[in-house]
Amino acid sequence: MEPARHLTREDAAYVARLARLDLTDDELDTYAGQLAAVLDYAAEVAALDTEGVVPTAHPLPLHNVMRPDVPRPSLERDEVLGAAPAVEDGRFRVPPILGAAP
Amino acid sequence: MTGALELAAAVRSGERSALSVVEDHLGAIEALDGELHAYLTVLADAARAQASAVDATVSAGGDPGPLAGVPVAVKDNLCTRGVPTTCSSRILEHWRPPYDATVIERLRAAGAIVVGKTNLDEFAMGSSTENSAFGPTRNPHDPARVPGGSSGGSAVAVAAGLAAVSLGSDTGGSIRQPAALCGVVGLKPTYGMVSRYGLIAFASSLDQVGPFARTVADAAALFDAVSGHDPLDSTSLDRPAPRTVGAVGEGVTGLRVGVITELVDGVDAEVVAAVRAAAESLAAAGAVVDEVSIPQLRFGMAAYYLIAPAEASSNLARYDGVRYGLRIEADDVEAMNRATRHAGFGPEVKRRIMLGTYALSAGYYDAYYGQAQKVRTLIIGAFDQAYERYDALLGATTPSTAFLLGAKVDDPLAMYLSDVCTVPSNLAGHPAISVPFGTDAAGLPIGVQVLAPALGEVTMLRVAGAVELAAPPRAVPKLVAAP
Repeated sequence: MEPARHLTREDAAYVARLARLDLTDDELDTYAGQLAAVLDYAAEVAALDTEGVVPTAHPLPLHNVMRPDVPRPSLERDEVLGAAPAVEDGRFRVPPILGAAP
Repeated sequence: MTGALELAAAVRSGERSALSVVEDHLGAIEALDGELHAYLTVLADAARAQASAVDATVSAGGDPGPLAGVPVAVKDNLCTRGVPTTCSSRILEHWRPPYDATVIERLRAAGAIVVGKTNLDEFAMGSSTENSAFGPTRNPHDPARVPGGSSGGSAVAVAAGLAAVSLGSDTGGSIRQPAALCGVVGLKPTYGMVSRYGLIAFASSLDQVGPFARTVADAAALFDAVSGHDPLDSTSLDRPAPRTVGAVGEGVTGLRVGVITELVDGVDAEVVAAVRAAAESLAAAGAVVDEVSIPQLRFGMAAYYLIAPAEASSNLARYDGVRYGLRIEADDVEAMNRATRHAGFGPEVKRRIMLGTYALSAGYYDAYYGQAQKVRTLIIGAFDQAYERYDALLGATTPSTAFLLGAKVDDPLAMYLSDVCTVPSNLAGHPAISVPFGTDAAGLPIGVQVLAPALGEVTMLRVAGAVELAAPPRAVPKLVAAP
């Protein structure tokens, strides 16, 4: 494992892009340093011998939960759409999903 | 200040009107909340209307519910239909939920009155309530100090008498830590015991809703009112919740209680002294008390600060400017998503999203997130072993008493370490409670934590009740409602 302290501004920019988060250069530098500090703290855990240990994703044994297939009221559509930044014809309106054709 | 059970008894018997109870609390909010800033929204008119309905039920000879007329404050990450629910974030500043959280419906069904929504660290990420986009909440014992967090507003509302009881949420200590720092009782239930429907998600495998109160019995009464299976939450335990309020005074004769070495090591000396004194009082009350080391708990903090941000980075992907909340317009949808999230999230939320995204990213997933999940297994196993020999465990709630505003804002890791004693119970899904036990030399409250295995609320509350009974007189806050 690369020592976390080597986290660069470019590394931070890559993570920000994955998270769909615009960050300024100052923010990128700050977060790169702070992330490195937390990851250094976590290095002890990352180095633990956990051979054969089953990971726990959740404290309860999860299973599918079913309910009777009976219609029941759902949220009021107008109330839900009323909270959206932009709507059109009873649907959420968004900017173009694809960029201009090349 | 009158407690919740006492108020409910007075309202139910007709000795006091719910409206007068609510007016007293609204007056206290008016007088003190300018300085404390426990509330983001005060629901004065709705509270008066609901109180009048309770009074009408009493007059008509009906049953107004076990918490009739009890003013409750609710953390602003619990959805209230048509009422702002901001999570202390700009991204939800103007959002009004189209539904109520299940716990809100249960409060109303019990006759309790929701008087307002309380301040928190943005999206419950923080340990001081300084990460609120709408300004910090102040500790009523010393307004220069933090109330803890993330449920700082709910802790302060109860400590200062601006509500009889309140609800918070606890992902890594966000109920117990502010309870300790404000000198009130804070209870994190077993995972799945209280519905998360309408609790805005932070880290879904850790989040749990729970009560703040000035007494253990009041906390138990509120837990009893809101707990139990909810078909709207697929992780809700499908079994009857225990009734706990009767257990508080049952005593601890014969119970085996272990003081956890790792939950007193490295903790301030005055806090350790309080834990030791609480342990001695339990022994004097008939419990069998000794010390137990659970070395795996030392890894809890690191595991938590990988798992919780990882889950948060996934959960907060929903704030994309499409269906609700803030939108910053841009030419295409991805640029709009990025600009919206840049403008809408504060520094700590961005930090956690970055950390979590990193821990989940290709090349680091196994080393960080996967490894943290395995450590979680080790911690659960170590607790299980300890609970073969003990009915409940004891430790500090926090490593120190309330710190000064601004003391840790520039050092995220130092802030994260405020949660070192509380995160193990979240990782395990176990219940835990903080009970006030004395003060430090400066007069700031200290909290002692009682931990129990999954579904161990009844035993935990017996121990908590005994700790409360033996505790020194409570510190009176500097800022507090007139009696």
